[in-house]
Amino acid sequence: MNFEDSPQEAAYRAEVRAWLDTNMRELKEQYPDPGAPDLDVARAWQARKAQACYARITWPVEWGGSGGTAIQQAIFSQEESRCGAPQGYFGIGLGMCMPTLMKFACADVQRRFIGPALKGEEIWCQLFSEPSAGSDLAGLRTRAARQGDGWLISGQKVWTTGAHYSDYGLLLARSDFDAPKHRGLTMFWVDMRAPGIDIRAIHQMTGRSEFSEVFLSDVMIADDQRIGPIGEGWKVALVTLMNERVEGGKERGPSLEDILGFARSIPRAVGTLVDDPVFRRRLAVWYVQAEGLRFTQLRSLTALSRGETPGPEMSIGKLVAANRLQDLTERLIECQDQFGLISDPHYAPGKGRLQRDLLYAPSLRIAGGTDEILKNIIAERVLGLPGDVRVDKAVSFKELVSRG
Amino acid sequence: MDFDFSEEQRQLKEEARRFLGARCPLSLVRATLEEDAERRPSRALFKEVAGLGWCGTAIPEESGGLGLGYVELCAIAEELGRALAPVPFASSIYFFAEGVMAGSPPEQRSRLLPRLARGEIVGCLATAEGSGAYQHRSIGSRVKAGRLNGVKIPVIDGDVADVALVLAAEERGASLFLVDLTDPGVQRTALQSLDPSRGVARLSFSDVPAELVGGAGEGGALVEHIFNRAAVSIAFEQLGGADRCLEISRDYALERRTFGRPIASYQAITHRLAEMYVKNELARSTAYYAAWALASAAPELPRAAAMARVAASDAFGFAARESIQIHGGLGVTWEASPHLFFRRARQLSLVCGAPDGWAERLAADLCERTPALPRAEIA
Repeated sequence: MNFEDSPQEAAYRAEVRAWLDTNMRELKEQYPDPGAPDLDVARAWQARKAQACYARITWPVEWGGSGGTAIQQAIFSQEESRCGAPQGYFGIGLGMCMPTLMKFACADVQRRFIGPALKGEEIWCQLFSEPSAGSDLAGLRTRAARQGDGWLISGQKVWTTGAHYSDYGLLLARSDFDAPKHRGLTMFWVDMRAPGIDIRAIHQMTGRSEFSEVFLSDVMIADDQRIGPIGEGWKVALVTLMNERVEGGKERGPSLEDILGFARSIPRAVGTLVDDPVFRRRLAVWYVQAEGLRFTQLRSLTALSRGETPGPEMSIGKLVAANRLQDLTERLIECQDQFGLISDPHYAPGKGRLQRDLLYAPSLRIAGGTDEILKNIIAERVLGLPGDVRVDKAVSFKELVSRG
Repeated sequence: MDFDFSEEQRQLKEEARRFLGARCPLSLVRATLEEDAERRPSRALFKEVAGLGWCGTAIPEESGGLGLGYVELCAIAEELGRALAPVPFASSIYFFAEGVMAGSPPEQRSRLLPRLARGEIVGCLATAEGSGAYQHRSIGSRVKAGRLNGVKIPVIDGDVADVALVLAAEERGASLFLVDLTDPGVQRTALQSLDPSRGVARLSFSDVPAELVGGAGEGGALVEHIFNRAAVSIAFEQLGGADRCLEISRDYALERRTFGRPIASYQAITHRLAEMYVKNELARSTAYYAAWALASAAPELPRAAAMARVAASDAFGFAARESIQIHGGLGVTWEASPHLFFRRARQLSLVCGAPDGWAERLAADLCERTPALPRAEIA
């Protein structure tokens, strides 16, 4: 039990800090506001990281990683988030799609895509969910039909994060409607600019658009775009999804400093909100949840470094983080009384950040596995409880659809 | 960085689990609810536990202990909590021995610690004198010219302890005193309590010799010091209890059938069990952090202990309550196990200050170390 760096870890942290100092300084000369959500600066930063083999530290050297440990990756991530480096864009490609390619794609496909993705030259998205297949992903209907040597893809995907700026997508489609639902699926990669692909932004309740609908109308793709055997797409997809759970469980919303700064600005009959016992009780709970999540992730690093696999127990991360954010934003806005209604950045504290998070929190409880699906996963895979009663497993997909 | 028990510590835990599995079945715990004040079966268990050297786990070798350390003590605490062991281990080791190690002069240490480590004597800590946290009351017990007069109620394990650390007022304020409970001036009354597997007593003192422990007037600070350390081991006991609750609930849900299938196939049940698991994992993670802070004498200990205390009380409270619910009508019977866990969950959440008080300490710590920003608003 040791929550401090070993001498080797401290040396590694020092090396990382020195690199970050130099490179952030150079980046700022080119881009004065590197923390702003901007694809160009994110690409420039990613290229620097890849050059120094910091882009994916645990990846083997042959793929541009440095063959490092999960703890080294954690140290780098901690230091990187502290220095205000650009974020976003590459997580789905590097965290989910590339590990899937590494496990299932042929050597040519791996050589073609892994390097450019690592350097930030190409961005990936994940074409899984559909209007009638969200939590029940294996119920998807996008059709992959044999056409000569290749495949003709038709259907509709939805909730595709970053579709409009992605170059390639990992596509799960149904190649056999006669097989039971989990056994008729096949995985492919597609060029997001291929003819027949139409991307339409989804307007979220927050007012922003981070997801898209992707319509695939007779998109022709070659058989060498297939990843894994025909009919085994579900097995491939599970690897992608497991990697999603590892990526997903980070603390969200305002920091402790932000919460306290905010609370000190709200007057009470005596003192400010920080003197209110109810607020203080909640503050303690939010802090315990955030720290509990952080230590839980550190425990999974230890499991990794001991050669054990952190499994579905990582599912608790997003479950706790999402519910915590919802509780925190609702309570902190209530504390403002009528003023909490104002989301106008000119008047609302923190330029309306809490109001934005309030409207965002519901989506966090749904995206990347709903609360309910995550609880099912814990129940079935961690606690060994039986799965829900399934009426759809042994039946051909065609018959399922006809039942409605 | 290493966020788990080491291989040796895991082995120690496994041995403890095997031993308690064999020697401390739940039937023994239930028996303590029915036996008379003598509580014979649990005395025998404490002797066996002491024989294994567990009492001396964190007591230094030069004081007659094993000198293994606090992470090892936490490992044993988790197993004692899992087994609901009806022994005065917590009072004697997490509370009394900590007070002696922190406050006693060398002569007291060498008199007490080897015997505590061997389990020959049992110690306890006496702070309360009535309802509400002891910090919020004036202390009625007084020491004058080395003699203690007053009443302490309740004293956890005060019915079986041989010695006590008693918080009492003297000229320079609240101080901690060592008292021999076999003195004829001590009158003890065992009281009925929520969890008879770890009893409580009313202790009344008339002209009982009392030796000062720690500085005069520093009793409050010394009790805080003891609580900050004891809270960590107690969190591990809570964690052990919470994990066991989850296991018995899961096993019962797999076995019990309604409407033609096991209740473990209903989401109303599986999701409740998943929620237990989530709380238990958060409790485990914060408990590990606190164990590290305790073992490495880190300045973060008060904050880490408070986090562990809040998370572990929440986890065990929830698991114990919902375990009864999942067991249905059976769960509220005397013969079934869930009420044993429910009783212990209540006992552990009160034993070193109720969780709300710890949440307040944590909030105070967070407010204090997060200075006000020049512009008070969310960045």
